[in-house]
Amino acid sequence: MLARGFTDPVHDSQGVFRAVMDALARPGTIQGLATGLEPPSPLTAELAAIALALADADAPLWLDEPLRQHPAVAEFLRFHTGARLTGTPSEAAFALVSDPAACPEFGTFAQGTPAYPDRSTTLVLAVSDLSCGEGWRLDGPGIRGGARLAAAPVPADMVERLGRNHAGFPQGVDLILAAAGRLAALPRSTRVTGG
Amino acid sequence: MPDPNPAARRPEAPDLTARRAVMALCGEAHPEELRRALLQLGAAEDPEDLRPPETGLVMTRGRIGGDGRPFNLGEATVTRAAVRLSGGETGFAYHLGRDRAKARLAATLDALWQVRGRRAAVEVALAPVAARRAEERAAEARRIAATRVNFFTMARGED
Amino acid sequence: MYVAVKGGEAAIANAHRLLAEARRGDSSVPELSVAQIREQMALLVDRVMTEGSLYDPDLAALALKQARGDLIEAVFLVRAYRTTLPRFGASEPVETGAMSLRRRISATYKDLPGGQVLGPTFDYTHRLIDFALAAEGEAPVAAESEPLADAAHAPRVTDLLGRDGLIEPSAADDGSPPGDLTREPLDFPADRALRLQALARGDEGFVLALGYSTQRGYGRTHPFVGEIRVGTVAVEFVPEELGFAVPLGEIDLTECQMVNQFHGTAEVPPQFTRGYGLAFGQSERKAMAMALVDRALRAEELGEPVGAPAQDQEFVLAHCDALQATGFVEHLKLPHYVDFQAELELVRRLRAEHAARHAAPKAGTAAEMKEAAE
Repeated sequence: MLARGFTDPVHDSQGVFRAVMDALARPGTIQGLATGLEPPSPLTAELAAIALALADADAPLWLDEPLRQHPAVAEFLRFHTGARLTGTPSEAAFALVSDPAACPEFGTFAQGTPAYPDRSTTLVLAVSDLSCGEGWRLDGPGIRGGARLAAAPVPADMVERLGRNHAGFPQGVDLILAAAGRLAALPRSTRVTGG
Repeated sequence: MPDPNPAARRPEAPDLTARRAVMALCGEAHPEELRRALLQLGAAEDPEDLRPPETGLVMTRGRIGGDGRPFNLGEATVTRAAVRLSGGETGFAYHLGRDRAKARLAATLDALWQVRGRRAAVEVALAPVAARRAEERAAEARRIAATRVNFFTMARGED
Repeated sequence: MYVAVKGGEAAIANAHRLLAEARRGDSSVPELSVAQIREQMALLVDRVMTEGSLYDPDLAALALKQARGDLIEAVFLVRAYRTTLPRFGASEPVETGAMSLRRRISATYKDLPGGQVLGPTFDYTHRLIDFALAAEGEAPVAAESEPLADAAHAPRVTDLLGRDGLIEPSAADDGSPPGDLTREPLDFPADRALRLQALARGDEGFVLALGYSTQRGYGRTHPFVGEIRVGTVAVEFVPEELGFAVPLGEIDLTECQMVNQFHGTAEVPPQFTRGYGLAFGQSERKAMAMALVDRALRAEELGEPVGAPAQDQEFVLAHCDALQATGFVEHLKLPHYVDFQAELELVRRLRAEHAARHAAPKAGTAAEMKEAAE
């Protein structure tokens, strides 16, 4: 049976939008995210909330392999977002990744164009651990001095991937790391070095 | 990927034609006609909102030359509703315009139509709408027919 | 450069109250209802929908009421309203060939399968003011007659010409979604789908004038009205969650197929070409003008000399939107005090320099003459 969406679509979406915006504006900080959603597994409540708030008919979604294997996930997202589900990463406005360790190369997703760098994919990674004050060292716009962030699981070569992604600025992808009840972000403008 | 199993979420073809006909009829109905139909069906149950009725836009497309590639003509207001009966049947409505209450009534009728045993009763309850629309269309066709011209006859001038 | 001004809140609020009173007019005269505007100012409502690019007759009528009948202001209100709504998606392309016809005429063929019907038209009226309308009277009643058997099937005139290969076929649908200028900024050169979208929402007066200019020789297209049809079509939409086409209802449309001369090229034998117009509601003038300009804008594609205004897509598309035009023209009335101060000072300085040059010449000229004499 189809799971419910937001109880209060306007305000719930705005709350998620605010958390994502703050996380992207201040990389390395962790923002709270209460969702009240119970989406079909393995879609996490946080991935679902971000998709419901941000995806629509103009913003196609890409799902990773584990999500793709559960038709209930596609049905839930189609109904509540109206977004087209695409199998081509470079067409996606948002990519939902439930198994971040197996996330495809960031370069396979839409990188934007020099004239329209915003036409890129935002990757939403469902992580189980997320904490600040330890882990990678972050600097760049929105970070005073420096910041630290740790998340797991992530691809084994995460720091190298982020380095290549940052080097392509203004093109590249932005990352949202979402754990239970909280999220952080690594926009392409952030320089990340190993902790 | 796009669709894991498209056939799974599409009703069988003859069913689909009938369901679309009911949906079209609901779209053409006045809200009171839908209320009357529901009353006649004795549908006391107030279904759960899967998604509260909502007004949005659909971009209407035409075709270049009427038959070529599509182009975007302009948007139209569209209101949609989705409800679920206690038996699990989900009903949908998408209508031109901004009448949220009507969309919810239509979604309820779509859900009831999917209950196998009630399908015929839903169609009977909506028959007055079909009759009214058929009469309106016929009257319009008669008024239009009176303005049909035959320039050929006038040009010939020999009879 | 814009410099903010502050203050004026009370005056602005009062101006809006005065506007509300002026909108209502003499309160001893009955107020117009939205339904009255929708039913009795229907062609104006259609124009607001077409140029507002939003099909919703009640909303367009309400916008007209709020705008005191100002067309472009009503378009502004409708366009602003649409930005507050989510877009569910795009419809299936409407099938104008299956239109339920209220009017259908052709200037190219007398006899057409399905017949010609005049419908509710101003054509052949005498354009004499009808003073009887100044008084309230009985509702007029239209004549009726039984429709002929063939009335249900009315193929397009272009289909008839197409059968003999006398007219170019439309480019086939390759399944790719058309560009949308409300989503991506217009870039030049714009393809025909984008041009038609821009013309459809373009100002009727501007598009009409451009169409007229092609008739007067600024980019001739030798047009014939192949067909004009007015009527209702069904709109269908495939919601992602359902995966099948749901009938949304019916909308009124006006379509114009312009048939134009073409001499052919080395590759293409001589055949007629086409210009296309489509508009919401009964908007015949708009659809015709649109079809003329659509054809004019194809000059380059068809290897014709380009030079007239109506053939210049950047000129046409960048200036056809009434709202953009009025925004840029009307912004001139907003406070420009600081800019103007700067201009004032510049003019004063230039005047002072001019005066200085003018005062000096006597001495200067005398000196030059003296030099010349030496």
